Amino acid sequence: MVLNAKHAIALVVLALGPLTACTAASDAPQNQTVTVFAAASLTDTFTELGKDFEAANPGIKVVFSFAGSADLATQIVEGAPADVFASANEAQMDVVSAESLTAAAPMTFATNILTIIVPSDNPANISSFEDLASADVATVVCAPQVPCGAATVTLEDKFGFDIPAVSEENSVTDVLGKVSSGQSDAGVVYVTDVPRSTDITAIPIEGAEAAINTYPIASLRSSQAADAASAFVDYVTGAEGAEVLTAAGFGTP
Amino acid sequence: MTASTPILPGTPAVQRHDSHWASAGYVPPWLPPIAVAGALLILVPLISMATRVEWANFGALVTSPSSLAALALSLRTSLAATALCILLGVPMAMVLARVDFPLKSLARTLVLVPLVLPPVVGGLALLYAFGRRGLLGGVMNLLGIDIAFSTTAVVLAQTFVALPFMVLTLESALRSRGARYEGVAATLGARRGYAFRHVTLPLMWPALVAGTVLCFARALGEFGATLTFAGSLEGVTRTVPLEIYLQREVDPDAAVALSLLLIVIALVIVGLAYRRPGSRRAQ
Repeated sequence: MVLNAKHAIALVVLALGPLTACTAASDAPQNQTVTVFAAASLTDTFTELGKDFEAANPGIKVVFSFAGSADLATQIVEGAPADVFASANEAQMDVVSAESLTAAAPMTFATNILTIIVPSDNPANISSFEDLASADVATVVCAPQVPCGAATVTLEDKFGFDIPAVSEENSVTDVLGKVSSGQSDAGVVYVTDVPRSTDITAIPIEGAEAAINTYPIASLRSSQAADAASAFVDYVTGAEGAEVLTAAGFGTP
Repeated sequence: MTASTPILPGTPAVQRHDSHWASAGYVPPWLPPIAVAGALLILVPLISMATRVEWANFGALVTSPSSLAALALSLRTSLAATALCILLGVPMAMVLARVDFPLKSLARTLVLVPLVLPPVVGGLALLYAFGRRGLLGGVMNLLGIDIAFSTTAVVLAQTFVALPFMVLTLESALRSRGARYEGVAATLGARRGYAFRHVTLPLMWPALVAGTVLCFARALGEFGATLTFAGSLEGVTRTVPLEIYLQREVDPDAAVALSLLLIVIALVIVGLAYRRPGSRRAQ
């Protein structure tokens, strides 16, 4: 009888244990999925941050959609089910906040500066930004309409010359492709893009700080997982986010 | 589209050698609703796009200097690519349809590759072949040919992606038609060259028109391979699709307006090509 009673109590405790644990955890967001729309240049860092965040917040799952910031902004404005938007520039975040779709004021979480890249053997012997002024150098840049191109124009203005580019690409990926294949002699991309190819060498631009690109992040008003979304934004803008972003070459505000 | 011209091999070919459209065959009653559903799938997005155009600014948007440069470039390159498709595609189709050679089915499959390949990968393949450091880059360098970031590269990319349409359209038409008419011509005393010019070519005409239109349309819409292989510079390599993609970054309205113009141009050209169906066919 005594033994049985003890068993019964033990069983009750065992049975209630998980229940009480559940009750305690239900204060925090639980079994929620946060959908993060993030700029393509954040693919590696955000994938890593997402895993860390999930480990630190059991019950929250983070899924990503990586694409160009303009694509993502259009999708969000057209009603895509995103909880968080991380843009590679302020212009595209403005597109989303202009429609009053952000739940809170966007926060800058990372910055990026430009660098010259050349094929590993540096066929045109580039050593400085001024070398790109020569028409004999086949230089590929981003088009002024996209963030990396706008930053390049800022640098051109500061240095006082125009790069006679053979191509003005839509994205850094396209610039990277043209340089790593040796099709062009030089390109201008973000410092964080350099590790993406082993066939290129980076040549730092002295004075690149004149054109700083900033990355804003915001949780979105339409989110069905608002708490989890703002928790992820806090994580990215916090110490953990800064650590991962800095390791990848980003500057942090 | 000429119904008697199957576009893909394997499409059941309806044997018709002239235009007896009046005696067109039986259509099961459940078929037209499905056809309408298919048509809606194409039409609804187009109409939705038209509703987003700011018509008040339409003229200004499509006549901006960058738009005009892109339009002129697109027309020039697409016409050149279409000419190349005819020049290369007609012999390819004839050989595939009428000459027996080893590994023919493999060759026929390889022709399909540019259709299956994502255009961006097609552009990479072209880069690896004709790029400065490509397989043929050294030889081209010796010959003093440098097509990097040139309009020639755009035409090459467009031809690469459009060529299969010509080959497949023509080849399936030739195969389904056989060589009976040439045979008859021969029994009537026609020499082979004469029969080719006066029997084979006129019989091929509808398929040739269809193939040409498809090639032109594909070249006009070409984006990925051009971006990857040729780059993007106003007036040199930035065709309308590339301009649209770039405009969308800053001005989606301009991008939509330009897209609509591209569609209208394509429709006008397709309409012209099919204006008098059957008028140039065999008597």
